[in-house]
Amino acid sequence: MTEPIIVFKDFSFQYNSQSEPTLKKINLTIQSGEKVLIVGPSGSGKSTFAHCLNGLVPNQYAGDITGEAWIAGKKLQETSLFDLSFTTGTVLQDTDGQFIGLTVAEDMAFVLENDGVALAEMREKVLHWAELVDVSEQLDKRPQDLSGGQKQRVSMAGVMINDAPLLLFDEPLANLDPAAGKAAIELIDSLHQQTQATVVMIEHRLEDALAKPVDRIIVFNDGQIVADQTPDDLLKTSILAENGIREPLYVTALKYAQVDLQPVNHLADVTQVAGAQLAEKMADWQSHLFDLETSDKTAVLLELKNLNYRYRPQDADVLKQLTTHFYQGERLSIVGKNGAGKSTLFKALCGFIRPKGTMEWQGQDIGNDSIKERADKIGYVMQNPNQMISQKMVFDEVALGLRLRNIEEKEIEQRVFHVLNVCGLYPFRNWPIAALSYGQKKRVTIAAILVLEPEMLVLDEPTAGQDFRNYSEMMAFIEELNHLGKTIVMITHDMHVMLEYSDRVLVIKDGDILADMTPIQLLTNQELVQEASLKETSLFTFAKQLGLADPIAFTRKFIQYDREVRKR
Amino acid sequence: MNQQTLGYHPGKTVLHHLNATAKMIFLLLVTIATMTTYDTRFLMFVGVASLGLFKLGNIQWHQISFVMKFILFFSLLNILAIYLFEPEYGVSLYGTRHVLWTGWGRFTFTQEELFYLGNVALKYFSTIPLALTFLLTTNPSSFASSLNKLGISYKISYAVALALRYIPDIQEDFFSISQAQQARGLEMSKKGKFSQRIKGISQIVLPLIFSSLDRIETISTAMELRRFGQKKKRTWYVEEPFKVSDYLVIVLALSLFLVTLALFHVNGGRFYNPFM
Repeated sequence: MTEPIIVFKDFSFQYNSQSEPTLKKINLTIQSGEKVLIVGPSGSGKSTFAHCLNGLVPNQYAGDITGEAWIAGKKLQETSLFDLSFTTGTVLQDTDGQFIGLTVAEDMAFVLENDGVALAEMREKVLHWAELVDVSEQLDKRPQDLSGGQKQRVSMAGVMINDAPLLLFDEPLANLDPAAGKAAIELIDSLHQQTQATVVMIEHRLEDALAKPVDRIIVFNDGQIVADQTPDDLLKTSILAENGIREPLYVTALKYAQVDLQPVNHLADVTQVAGAQLAEKMADWQSHLFDLETSDKTAVLLELKNLNYRYRPQDADVLKQLTTHFYQGERLSIVGKNGAGKSTLFKALCGFIRPKGTMEWQGQDIGNDSIKERADKIGYVMQNPNQMISQKMVFDEVALGLRLRNIEEKEIEQRVFHVLNVCGLYPFRNWPIAALSYGQKKRVTIAAILVLEPEMLVLDEPTAGQDFRNYSEMMAFIEELNHLGKTIVMITHDMHVMLEYSDRVLVIKDGDILADMTPIQLLTNQELVQEASLKETSLFTFAKQLGLADPIAFTRKFIQYDREVRKR
Repeated sequence: MNQQTLGYHPGKTVLHHLNATAKMIFLLLVTIATMTTYDTRFLMFVGVASLGLFKLGNIQWHQISFVMKFILFFSLLNILAIYLFEPEYGVSLYGTRHVLWTGWGRFTFTQEELFYLGNVALKYFSTIPLALTFLLTTNPSSFASSLNKLGISYKISYAVALALRYIPDIQEDFFSISQAQQARGLEMSKKGKFSQRIKGISQIVLPLIFSSLDRIETISTAMELRRFGQKKKRTWYVEEPFKVSDYLVIVLALSLFLVTLALFHVNGGRFYNPFM
């Protein structure tokens, strides 16, 4: 029998700034060498639990502890952050923000530097780990210049170099595109096998996290543990859906088809899932479904022709003869690897940069419009709401654009109230923005753009950093705006956003449009999926695994059915 | 995107390869020397030589144009202020009076004042390129390790290095925030009135502070989790031994410093006086 490495007994924790405990009577034991996945909606206490494992609670975030917790035999209340750092290695969620060293090698060596390890030994260890996580070629680069996946590997190496017996990953997939996320999960799995370390992973992208097997899934909600089961058993229950966590799409499909999940084997692994007559049951279900309605938008709103742009004369082109069009009232996703030219394209749309080529808005040339004039047609919402908010109160923030246009205060009030109503923010009109949640702040920034009445909304990663509930609310809201006639353009890595909330996808590569198709065509095309750093949708993988006759049609029909379910 | 970011630009020039501690000592000594002396010949020499350093360090105009214009504006303002407060300061310094233009009231203009103001301007233009060259060719971590070597606590050294490292990031944040605000109708281009543009900048400051605070919180947590600041001493991955060239740099700095001391003696004070 192995030793337990984490033991919590009737453990409760209350932040000094909160009126109620964030963790309530947690009882949990994790054995040394286990690989455990922790899921839960925002505010469920899962991050606080993670902070208990590395000592940020109670050392940095002060509060009251009742009950007991031991990490590798050390009692939490009596252990400093420093002492615990030898036990727990933490990979933080923010891949960009956590880089300390200026180069990859230096960042990996940071903990060794602080331990006062001699230079020669440091170099040796860095080389060893660089090879293990496959970044040997990048040692002298700036971490910021790496791809998302490489960044993740460097931050892992910087933690692993410490030889800690417990590895804690705080939302390792949050900032990664699907392909890099898949690679990260594979790396965590192989490191787990090589080092025999205990792995605790906090992640709400359950489907992606299950790409490699885990021993147990622990579900948090409202400060308590609501489930502690093997993935196969957990997926057979309805606990996930009840607690605001998205199940893998193929599991949802099985449940829609009302298949009895009890006898199904390997339910948590889409490449192995099997059961008696599973294929027949799914084929039967599929035959009763309607096919996906295709978009009927044909009026061109904006047309781009031969856009060329480079940042400096000596640089290479970032946009190369880019030609495409946007239909009035459609929902469009733009995908592509980092550096493919996505952000340059929307900077061009908003007029922040002036590419060569023509841009026509309903047949009129808008190439020479100022940023301000462009904003009356195309509204741009940044990914991070904190980068957009410049006022203290909700009303003032939304009114800002109108005030800058010297509109009469009376009309301003009318228009702001109207937009606040549309966005469900009217009750908050006199609130300070600082008191809002992240999702609400994001709504405020959208409202502040909507009030200018643009035809087209460009949203940069609208769902990043939000749990399933907030995600669904945000997307429902965006869908509503679309019904009001707005054209929606989203730059996204999120495959669900693509599949369920867009009619069309543009894949950008090397500053040009590589593909222009429906999301399902894209996500079932192996080659393009790789080009865009995406992942095949699990629905398609599932349909192939079962040997269904037409896996693409299965995917299409599922999406149509799912949309109908959502409308009810 | 990085058109105008001021910060370390990796490169392979002689200057990039010099030991950061040696460069630091050079910068300190030569800056002190040029700050104290008003010897025009010396200042001219350092000024021209530091322009040569731009070339040696392969520094392009676009990397520094923004800062240079910024500094130029303020040094001109400074020089103007000196003149407005003491139009006859040069006369009292140099002891002679050659009037160029009688001017209006107390605002006369003399050769001596012109010469003095010229020297002040020269001071800026001999030290600022040095500091910029240092910033652009020195890896902030090496810089931190060199500060630490000079006896400054490693916590402070690291803080300085982090601040330097974040200059480009914060500049980038500034650009993207400013673009988003412009899209909402903030007039930041040259078309807007000066007062409008100042007000515009104040709209950007709040989000910039918030996003910078986010950054600071993340990085300090990350540092603490990786045991920064627990021991009295730490080692540096970037540390490099002194090479012959590094000693030469220090010798050069020392000799420049000694030259200014000698000039004190020759000129009988801080000022070189061509009028006597």
